[in-house]
Amino acid sequence: MTSPQEVDTAQLRARYPDVFDRPASARLAMPAMIVAAFAIFVYGLVDLEFSPSRFFAGLSQLGWISVMMIPPDPGSSLPVYLKALGETLSIALLGTTLAAVFALPVSLLAARNIVPSNILRFPVRRFLDSIRGVDTLIWALVWINVVGLGPFAGVLAIAVSDFGAFGKLFSEAFEGADQKQVEGIRASGGSPLHEIRFGLLPQVLPVIAGQVLYFIESNTRSATIIGIVGAGGIGLQLAEQIRVLEWQKVSFLILMILVAVAAIDFISSKLRFAIIGRRAVA
Amino acid sequence: MTLAVSILPEQQLAVLNAAYSQAVARRRLRLLLGVVIFAAALVLAGFGAEVNLRTLFTYFGNFVSYFDRIFTLDSGQRVWTDIGEWFWGLRKWLRMLGETLLISYVGTLTGATLAFCLNFLAAENTSPSPWLRFVVRRLLEFARTVPGIVFALIFVIAFGLGPMAGVLAIAIHSTGALGKLFSEIVENADMKPVEGIRSTGASWLSCMRFAIVPQVTAGYASYALLRFEINVREASVMGFVGAGGIGQELVVAIRKFYYSDVSAILLTIIVTVFIIDISTGWLRGRLFGKEART
Repeated sequence: MTSPQEVDTAQLRARYPDVFDRPASARLAMPAMIVAAFAIFVYGLVDLEFSPSRFFAGLSQLGWISVMMIPPDPGSSLPVYLKALGETLSIALLGTTLAAVFALPVSLLAARNIVPSNILRFPVRRFLDSIRGVDTLIWALVWINVVGLGPFAGVLAIAVSDFGAFGKLFSEAFEGADQKQVEGIRASGGSPLHEIRFGLLPQVLPVIAGQVLYFIESNTRSATIIGIVGAGGIGLQLAEQIRVLEWQKVSFLILMILVAVAAIDFISSKLRFAIIGRRAVA
Repeated sequence: MTLAVSILPEQQLAVLNAAYSQAVARRRLRLLLGVVIFAAALVLAGFGAEVNLRTLFTYFGNFVSYFDRIFTLDSGQRVWTDIGEWFWGLRKWLRMLGETLLISYVGTLTGATLAFCLNFLAAENTSPSPWLRFVVRRLLEFARTVPGIVFALIFVIAFGLGPMAGVLAIAIHSTGALGKLFSEIVENADMKPVEGIRSTGASWLSCMRFAIVPQVTAGYASYALLRFEINVREASVMGFVGAGGIGQELVVAIRKFYYSDVSAILLTIIVTVFIIDISTGWLRGRLFGKEART
């Protein structure tokens, strides 16, 4: 037996040529990638008109703004803000529910184990993908053109953009379900609808419920911002107060949003645990 | 083949049946209660959000015809009959789109770098002191919870209109999101290498450099690429508040009812997002194998 010290490097080198003499391409790949990434970064800084003087001027401005934000103070408009917050929560809840209700049947069409035909599934999937490719804010702008300014446009915007996301997530949940139950129901003479109702739905319903709750949570965040383009909720107030430079109110509104999001997080994670148990929380 | 099914005596069976139906009844009651509460919340939310079904039904035709209109040129023809006219501003839009991509790239890289610097302080197992961990964690939480576009609104006032505000907003939001994900990777890392390196008398910094970083870089890069994908979408709307990128063009087109422009710009955005999604997915697959692709 040889102790590690006795093995000389030449021997090792001969035995493992791959480790010692890596090809130049492998050795150069990492530094080349880093240099390229850095080069694009610098190009980006130049192209996007970054300049140290602007940066530091802005930073001192930002410092002033933060000083003026303290202490947070709603002034006399606290009831208005509370109402706006309620509006935001309503938008999130309604939008997500609507999206889930409409996405469930469509997601069946996009699941491989339910619709085996590629030709039928492909357009449905691309359709869902393109809906998801458009941001909620853009949908909000479109709906404002249709139903006018106000929270209702926000509800519809969230519903449409989540419809795309849910369609994909639900169909993945269906595809991940165990096929054995379905086979059992087919063996006992069930129709395809029975297969879905009694074989698949009981398996995927908890997963779907968890996802819907999670989206309600994350939509509370989205709902705060769609107000910025005029679709109701607390974002409207926030954007207005920022534009008129009422910094104390701005900081109060931001605090309100943070507290509301934290509260919704807390409630929905409790509910999710209750529905799907500790194990399946993704 | 005969089957022998042992049937319990009547008395025992009745007790079991009663217990079963009671359990089922309790479950149904709970479900009913949940449904009722949920329905009540929905109705309440309906009032809060000023849902007006009549408006929806009256104007739903508008929604459909909106899509009809955005696919119609000024001359009244369908857009695809005259691609040149439809994409008349393609060169300008591509330039803005390039700016959008640059905003998200620079923002993501800055955010990832900051998150890289902060995440070791936020992770349970590597943080040098509990109070530092607490402070860094709250900081990341704040950066993550405030939506990027709110930062952009404030930065536009502080740094002036232009892409710089967008980059900084995306950078801060990414720092918050990535900082949390990165520190979770660090918490899952194997601590034995750290012990080995500390036993040689190394400082905290070299412990991180030689024990933790080699274990976590693949995960970091994967999350950063994922974040880049998300940030491309985010950057496409930064222009709504004047923070640069294609959003500026889009909001002008929507607000001023330049219908065919809306569809053209939306289409270029969707195609770009597709291409970015597919290429980063491919890149992640190439770099880190199948298991890191989730």
